[in-house]
Amino acid sequence: MHLTRRGFLAFLGATAAMSQPAPASAWVSKAPTNPFGCLVDVTRCIGCRKCEMACNQVNHLPEPKTRFDDPCVLNTKRRPTNTAYTVVNSYSTGKLDTQSKPVPSFVKIQCMHCQDPACVSACITGALSKLENGTVHYDVSRCIGCRYCMVACPFEIPAYDYHDPLTPQVRKCTFCLDRLKEGKPPGCASICPTEAITFGRRDTLLEVARKRLAESPGRYVDHIYGEHEAGGTSWLYIAGQPFDRLGFLDVPNSPLPQRTESIQHALFGYLWSPAVLFGVLGLSMKLGNRPDKGGKEKV
Amino acid sequence: MHTQARPIGRPFWTPGVLVMIGFMAAGGLALLSRYTGGLGFATNLTDATPWGLWIGIDVASGVALAAGGFTTAALAHIFGRHAYEAVTRPALLTAALGYTFVAFGVFVDIGRSWAIWKPMLYQNYNSALFEVAMCVMTYVTVLWIEMVPIVAERFGSRFRLLGWLDRTLGKFMWVFIILGVVLSCMHQSSLGTLLVIAPTKLDPLWYTPFMPLLFLLSAISVGYPMVIVETTIATTSLKLDGEMEVLTPLSRFTILTLGLYLAVKIADLVMRGQLGRAFAGSPASLSFLVELFIGGVVPWFMLLSSKVRRSRRALFVVASCIVGGVLLNRINVFVVGFSPRTAAHPYSPAIGEILVTLGAAATIMFLYRVFVSLTPVLSARNMEEVSR
Repeated sequence: MHLTRRGFLAFLGATAAMSQPAPASAWVSKAPTNPFGCLVDVTRCIGCRKCEMACNQVNHLPEPKTRFDDPCVLNTKRRPTNTAYTVVNSYSTGKLDTQSKPVPSFVKIQCMHCQDPACVSACITGALSKLENGTVHYDVSRCIGCRYCMVACPFEIPAYDYHDPLTPQVRKCTFCLDRLKEGKPPGCASICPTEAITFGRRDTLLEVARKRLAESPGRYVDHIYGEHEAGGTSWLYIAGQPFDRLGFLDVPNSPLPQRTESIQHALFGYLWSPAVLFGVLGLSMKLGNRPDKGGKEKV
Repeated sequence: MHTQARPIGRPFWTPGVLVMIGFMAAGGLALLSRYTGGLGFATNLTDATPWGLWIGIDVASGVALAAGGFTTAALAHIFGRHAYEAVTRPALLTAALGYTFVAFGVFVDIGRSWAIWKPMLYQNYNSALFEVAMCVMTYVTVLWIEMVPIVAERFGSRFRLLGWLDRTLGKFMWVFIILGVVLSCMHQSSLGTLLVIAPTKLDPLWYTPFMPLLFLLSAISVGYPMVIVETTIATTSLKLDGEMEVLTPLSRFTILTLGLYLAVKIADLVMRGQLGRAFAGSPASLSFLVELFIGGVVPWFMLLSSKVRRSRRALFVVASCIVGGVLLNRINVFVVGFSPRTAAHPYSPAIGEILVTLGAAATIMFLYRVFVSLTPVLSARNMEEVSR
């Protein structure tokens, strides 16, 4: 009787130990050292939506209901969808131009191509991966459609083919991977008429961004969105207004996979805890399974 | 007092069973709409809220509420409390059916159902979901292996292969019993790890790095209350003795397990400085308070009274509250508290999602009835014998 009670407590103790979050120090970033990226200068964007058009063509997406040169779509705040991997939104700056017309800010959004992406860490089959060239790549042949990547993404970017009953895909910016492999910048960066999108190595882009912030401090707020957000992203932004007023989400600076991966590996590395638990339970079974003394359980 | 477990010879086609079949048919139609129109047609899921009722109830709650299986197995088979053998078989059956329908829920929810086998080929060891999937898959197998002796007891002599399987597996049954407990501890906690990766989306009332521990502790504490609820319903519906001489002592363990869960949950909330948020009056905070008090604190205090533990009706109410509390916790974490900032409107389930979930629950109850009618699962005496 005493042994079994002790056994029960040991069982509780062992299981509790199994689920303790471990210190995050053991976690190592898997980010590529100097990936490609894009620097978006929000102050340069004129909201022409040519980037949306280029994206549509390169990725062979269906033709949109409203033409790309129709500015009326800017009246509503849009999110990337399964048929539009990048969208431009308009935000009021409160400033007026020489003819007393309000001057808007235009913000292009798409997958940020995180350095340590939450979606890649979450993906059950590894259908999502971070490539050396910076792309967060989606391999549909591995995807089962669990949508955990969408749950995990802190920028709330991936979209889904909800109306395809059997072969839906997760949809997001591809970084025009095929073009990247040919040494060409992504479609949106190539077409941008105002050079609001600069393509290059992430380190170089950070230097360019810092230089612009230093040279015209009045034009920019002192923040490079994506330098530290979510542990750093391949896409970077500089802007003339605080980022929270431009629809950017406030995202923690630590890489999102850090905590979960630390827990997973501390608990289940080499399957040590299941093995220990199996041993403890096996021992309890041997000790506890003696013939019952026939005593009734307390009520 | 128990007799041997035996098939229960009550009339099968009762009004209750017909109602279940009605729900199953409606669920089947909803399922058809999901596989013709897609998830977008049958559900209210969006890009911002990609998980809904099916993950919150069919999967997450299903796993938690099937915890009666491993907790009773641990008690009776591993820690040698043979007095509880009487409830291990029904708890095992519930777990086997419950987990089978967890797998079914996943199958329906994932966009590419036909690709459900792929995690076996392509593994991502960083993914908590991968671990949950592997454990659930293995555990379903283990549960049905544990069911073999029960089915073989009735049909083993008629089907030679079944008898042989029973004798062969019987030698290793202790391995499967322990494995069942180990696998349960692993994936019950890992279900809690799932949303640790989404700190910006889950309400701070529930978001804590201790979610894995809380999920495990709550699963352990809901195990026996679930056994009490299902035993009481089954014995009432089948006109059997209520087995209070097993359920009453069983409920005493819940004082310890539920007490531990609630202590960790409240301490975590206080240490994270989110206690005030619970009383903010928002819909999420109300849902949290119902979960914590009606589903936890109040039934815990009631369990302290031996009068409550001895009363069949009171114990049923208390156990139902605890079951409801853990169910609500899973719904809160995966649905109510999951509030991405880009969601145009909060998610609420579509009629198709509700029908599939109800259909699955009805199918579980229907199959439970089939199994207890055909195989020796229940050992409670018939009411007529008790009164005699």
